[in-house]
Amino acid sequence: MIYEEEDYLLLSGIQHYAFCPRQWALIHIEDQWNENYLTTGGRLLHSKAHNGESVEKRGNLIIFRGLKVRSSELGISGECDIVEFHKSHDGVSLHGYSDLWSPYPVEYKRGKSKLDDCDRLQLCAQAVCLEEMLCVKIENGALFYGEPRRREVVAFTLELRTTLKDTVTTMHQLFMQKYTPKAVKGKYCKSCSIKELCLPNLGKADKTSVKRYMEAHLE
Amino acid sequence: MKKLLNVLFVTQTDAKVYLETENVCVRKEDELLIRVPLLNLEQIVLFNYYGATPQLLGECVKRKISVSFLSEYGKYYGTFHGESSGNVLLRREQYRIADDNRGLEYAKAFIFGKLHNQKWVIERGIRDYSLRIDTPLLKKQSSFISEQLKQVLSVDSGETLRAAEGNAAHYYFSAFDELILQNKEFFTFKTRNRRPPTDAVNAMLSFAYTLLASECRHALEVVGLDSYVGFLHADRPGRASLALDLMEELRPHVADRFVLSLINRSEVAESDFEVQSSGAVYLSAQSRKKFLSSWQNRKKEEIVHPFLKEKIEWGLVPYCQALLLARTIRGDLDGYPPFLWK
Repeated sequence: MIYEEEDYLLLSGIQHYAFCPRQWALIHIEDQWNENYLTTGGRLLHSKAHNGESVEKRGNLIIFRGLKVRSSELGISGECDIVEFHKSHDGVSLHGYSDLWSPYPVEYKRGKSKLDDCDRLQLCAQAVCLEEMLCVKIENGALFYGEPRRREVVAFTLELRTTLKDTVTTMHQLFMQKYTPKAVKGKYCKSCSIKELCLPNLGKADKTSVKRYMEAHLE
Repeated sequence: MKKLLNVLFVTQTDAKVYLETENVCVRKEDELLIRVPLLNLEQIVLFNYYGATPQLLGECVKRKISVSFLSEYGKYYGTFHGESSGNVLLRREQYRIADDNRGLEYAKAFIFGKLHNQKWVIERGIRDYSLRIDTPLLKKQSSFISEQLKQVLSVDSGETLRAAEGNAAHYYFSAFDELILQNKEFFTFKTRNRRPPTDAVNAMLSFAYTLLASECRHALEVVGLDSYVGFLHADRPGRASLALDLMEELRPHVADRFVLSLINRSEVAESDFEVQSSGAVYLSAQSRKKFLSSWQNRKKEEIVHPFLKEKIEWGLVPYCQALLLARTIRGDLDGYPPFLWK
């Protein structure tokens, strides 16, 4: 399936979706957003990584910051923190540069490496975009975590790519229906940036019968 | 829950309000009265006649701070919100509900909340001051309201709903004078009047309702609802009907009890009021300031939200209810849970 440009979803939403589908829907379908210290911290970290688009060449390395990317196959568009192009014999030509180059996306994240796949999926989506735009195969990328300050290499396996494809397909379906999934309360709610807007307790069916709440206040 | 941010009230009528870097400054002639960082504000309410500079308004839009304009006597002129926030889907659904019979279910919830809370204002009066008040009279009024309350859930038309509301209001306000315990010669309450208020109690109620309405309007806009399209109050040009809807359930505790406590704790006196030649009674400029600072202090008191079971400040109640309303409209709940306070 090839998506039309106006149906593109934001690449950054993949990570929101993988964290919690309701969080994604509240931000991307309902346009709700709350800045808290976590998101502010993330924003500050990112402003160091890129401030608009910029390119820097260092010998055998070209660094693109804030590169705009899209994939019509996934129907997403967004921005990469950093894409490194390493000089390599099996790379591709780049307009304005001699030699051949292999792209390598790097995404900056505050905090620690996470158990779930949300950061990896976002990075993989960037790789898929770059593959489509550059006609190249990308095997690996890296996540740079604020603590400890180090890179974690991510292999773009078939499994990760399949999960990405399925995730994005579901996101498109929900977006078409403008449907916000019900709250499912979990440990992850603690680190959610928009729990005040989500009200995760509303997901508990037994607790949230409004009818019963009102009847209980009759006496 | 969200952080309770401050509201800046400017009561000096001839003060100028403007932006300086990231602060709002209030100046009277050559004297700088106050400088507040915009970071800590969610609302600016002006009772002055110079208004605010366009530069300040621009920065407020960016930060989603609303700026309300009132006359020096508290007559509401309007609010500057800038771009409406977020969600067109939410507003579209709100309009659909207002247009079909689902609106009645919301209207019932607002009135249910109002009657319940009126009843508990009376019950609290009985509990706190049983030695000073006519308990049998108040018990009777309270049980009359209870009867109306039971009917609310089963009414099937707007008219019967309004009839129940009207009956309850009659019982409630006929008991209201009994809850006034200080300086009764001056603070007497016969009936609710507002255009203009002709006694001190009505003057304070009107002022408190104006503040509450502006807070409800602000809360609704913040969560992305259209404060002008109501379920209980019909559309009328220039009327924030949904803000009035939301306000119904909050009047008894947020406004009425607040006014009662000012009187009963002797925080207001006869000298705080001005009587105009028309017979209209208003708070004087100096006492409005006192009133507003008590209002702000009251907003910082903490409670546990009866439905969310979360600890919040009184000042966040309109926001919580607006949020619950938005979430109900978007289908997260089987009905709108009014704020039911005992």
